[in-house]
Amino acid sequence: MTEPITVPTPQQIIEPAISGRTETMVLNMGPHHPSTHGVLRLVLELDGEVVVNLAPDVGYLHTGIEKTMESKTYQKAVVLTDRMDYLAPLSNNLCYALAVEKLLEVEIPERAQIARVLLTELQRISSHLVWLGTHALDLAAMSVFLYAFREREQILDIFELVSGARMMTSYFRIGGLAYDLPADFLPTVEQFLAIMPSRIDEYEDLLTANPLWLERTVGVGVIDAQAAIALGLTGANLRATGVAYDVRKAMPYSGYETYSFEIPIGKNGDIYDRYRVRIAEMRQSVKIAQQAAERLRELGPGPVVTPNRKVAPPPKREITESMESLIHHFKLWTEGFKPPRGDAYVSIESPRGILGCYVVSDGSPKPWRVHFRAPSFINLQSLAHMAKGRLVADLVALIASLDPVLGEVDR
Amino acid sequence: MDNQTVLAALRDTVGREIRAVSEFRGDLSVTLTPAGYLAAAQFLRDDPELAYVFLENLCGVDYLGRKPRFEVVAHLTSLRHRHRVCLKVGCDEPDPTVPSLTPLFPTANYQERETFDLLGIKFAGHPSLTRILLPDDWVGHPLRKDHPLGDEEVAFTFNQERIYARKPFARE
Repeated sequence: MTEPITVPTPQQIIEPAISGRTETMVLNMGPHHPSTHGVLRLVLELDGEVVVNLAPDVGYLHTGIEKTMESKTYQKAVVLTDRMDYLAPLSNNLCYALAVEKLLEVEIPERAQIARVLLTELQRISSHLVWLGTHALDLAAMSVFLYAFREREQILDIFELVSGARMMTSYFRIGGLAYDLPADFLPTVEQFLAIMPSRIDEYEDLLTANPLWLERTVGVGVIDAQAAIALGLTGANLRATGVAYDVRKAMPYSGYETYSFEIPIGKNGDIYDRYRVRIAEMRQSVKIAQQAAERLRELGPGPVVTPNRKVAPPPKREITESMESLIHHFKLWTEGFKPPRGDAYVSIESPRGILGCYVVSDGSPKPWRVHFRAPSFINLQSLAHMAKGRLVADLVALIASLDPVLGEVDR
Repeated sequence: MDNQTVLAALRDTVGREIRAVSEFRGDLSVTLTPAGYLAAAQFLRDDPELAYVFLENLCGVDYLGRKPRFEVVAHLTSLRHRHRVCLKVGCDEPDPTVPSLTPLFPTANYQERETFDLLGIKFAGHPSLTRILLPDDWVGHPLRKDHPLGDEEVAFTFNQERIYARKPFARE
């Protein structure tokens, strides 16, 4: 009989220690610690250098995004989604836009669909590059960080090209894209995609067979598939345990069913497998992005927002000619659109795992309730399960391998 | 797996506990009584044919002005059948309580703590129902619709004396 899976709270660890009932030591790690990837506080119960138990204490970055969205119109709430997972703003935009589009039942033009897939795959690469760089940095491999950020910079330049912002893009709007892709978008993307596979080889040369890297990662922080599913672990962390569950394949959205790609999986569920899965995912993302770029080139110019005037405003020149367009424009910017009563839940595969968005509409122009299933928040629950019986130094590697973004944990 | 198969299986086991069934945009949601909610989740998880082993999402909604006022929404996913079912359960003031799913799905732990923290819904059977995002000494549950939003009064020259008189400044 295996031990039941528990998720302790900080109080449950602190209280026995304060009352002197334990032989172990309680140590506070964070909230400002370079290896916690943000303001994450961990309460550790230690026996010497071995972790007996631990509890994450979150909430330092709570900004009430879900509450704030209730007082914005649907379209204006898009900008708030960027600020949750600030390493993957486009994935957040997409998840929220898909949920509202499901309520509205609008058709998205082909060009916008392809651009969404292309950009979210670039986003996945850029997010994984930050993970790779900081993960290696935590394990004292300084140079990988510099390599990884070199390519990330190129991706951020592409985002700047399309949206004007490097990070807080808000580029996917309900009904399509914020504006059309610029003319030099495709050449820039194709140039980047051509060099990226060789750059991934470079990272692999530095780490994959590096004895120091292997020693710190192989067999460390193991979790089996059953425990991972019970604890709600998703994304590359789940796939490293051997479960081939990827929302892009399981419940495809934005036309992912038409792209050819594979789901990389691991076997042992340790830190090294998570590393292998994410590296392989970057290669798959390049593959998807290449297919999307080809399709964009074949498709040529076209509309990037839905023709439904009740959701997306008409083009500016129409406003000067048509009274109806002027009314639509006025209604959309003063009041917003009104989805029918009901609720919708949509989940997508964000770089960190399954990102879900639950939207409740009461028929007014503002959402009654928006809830995000934040993968970072839920992945943190399995930290204690994985770290028990390991050294504190392994915990540092473990946090990095889970790849939490604290902006998303606390929302 | 499709909605009708799951619904038929649910009707067979917890049929008397089902309060409402809706299919909106292709998604099945089943509203149950508190006892039925727990039984349905257990049945969906343990039935070898269905295998809804993954609790994807759990959150609460405050429908102020409606009876019952609160609703807890749980999305269960079957990794094998690639299908999702939504279970809903209502609860009302003065003591909104629903059964906890944490003993069945450990992943519900944080999500129920978050729902308790922000909406004040209690989960009976949760091992450690404490605040998670807000400080422990916080008063109120901000995602409730009747929670005061709070604002800063703007002082102009014509009314600053009146506003400054009641504004809580740090005083010596």
